Amino acid sequence: MNKKAFIKIMLKDEVLDPQGKAVLSVLKSSGFDNVKDVRVGKYIEVDFAGEAKGGHASLKEEAEKISEKILSNPLIEEFIIEIK
Amino acid sequence: MNNKKIKAGITVFPGSNCDADVYRVLNDVFGISASFIWHKDKIKDLGGYDFIVIPGGFSYGDYLRSGALAARSPVMEYVKDYASKGGIVLGICNGFQILLEAGLLSGVMLTNNSLKFECQDVYLKTLNTETPFTCALKKDSLLKMPIAHHDGNYFAEKKIIERLNDKNAVIFKYCDENGGITELSNPNGSMHNIAGISNENANVMGLMPHPERSSEKILGSEDGGYIFQSIIKYIKEK
Repeated sequence: MNKKAFIKIMLKDEVLDPQGKAVLSVLKSSGFDNVKDVRVGKYIEVDFAGEAKGGHASLKEEAEKISEKILSNPLIEEFIIEIK
Repeated sequence: MNNKKIKAGITVFPGSNCDADVYRVLNDVFGISASFIWHKDKIKDLGGYDFIVIPGGFSYGDYLRSGALAARSPVMEYVKDYASKGGIVLGICNGFQILLEAGLLSGVMLTNNSLKFECQDVYLKTLNTETPFTCALKKDSLLKMPIAHHDGNYFAEKKIIERLNDKNAVIFKYCDENGGITELSNPNGSMHNIAGISNENANVMGLMPHPERSSEKILGSEDGGYIFQSIIKYIKEK
């Protein structure tokens, strides 16, 4: 079966997330007083056409390259990859 | 004005929407021979152009991050090559975002701190006049130009800011009408009110405000015209 990469991209902790702040203020005004902070990120699924020669490890490497070069901006974002 | 010998290329991506404005200003107001370069055109050598403009808009619908996808399209490889050989490249608004994403300029644009699309006239202070984009201006000149963007909140780590300052690469800052660089005159939360920066060789500049929308009296300001006049002056004197 073809493998997929599940990639989660979040702004680094030190970067202000205006979208998260906007959601936070709506949650608070909707009565969810227990909410302390919200950060909004991206979730991307990449479907691979076939098994890589090197198997699981090289697919992960490919997903890392994709994430580093295109899907995220390393200046402000970090990513986590899961291959399934 | 007759500057027919000067050739300008305007890159066009799916979603560019200031390309025609730039075309009009360059051809009709400044008499330059400007033409479009579609992002898939295989004009590998841009050496025939005296300068390149990457216009504003919403290339690729701003998907992923503003400018991220356009920065990786074929024409940008040619623009990178052109810039590395000293070619003059001006990025306006989304064009600035594309230059950042392409790594031709340092830093990144975040969402405006107001979370709103900011569409208003702003004042800019000219900090460096020794560039192809500002050589027709006097230092500290104030320019009135419109902004229209959602992601114009310039951000860079301290090291990058220090380097920009060392190299005089911060070209324009947002200011009030008296030239005061204040928090109130900062429309989007940009670090240090930064509105426009260049690379270290000053042959590539990006700015968020729109000089092509402020080059004719009928549009309320002609101040943006100084940017194009500077480029013309620079090319003629070269």
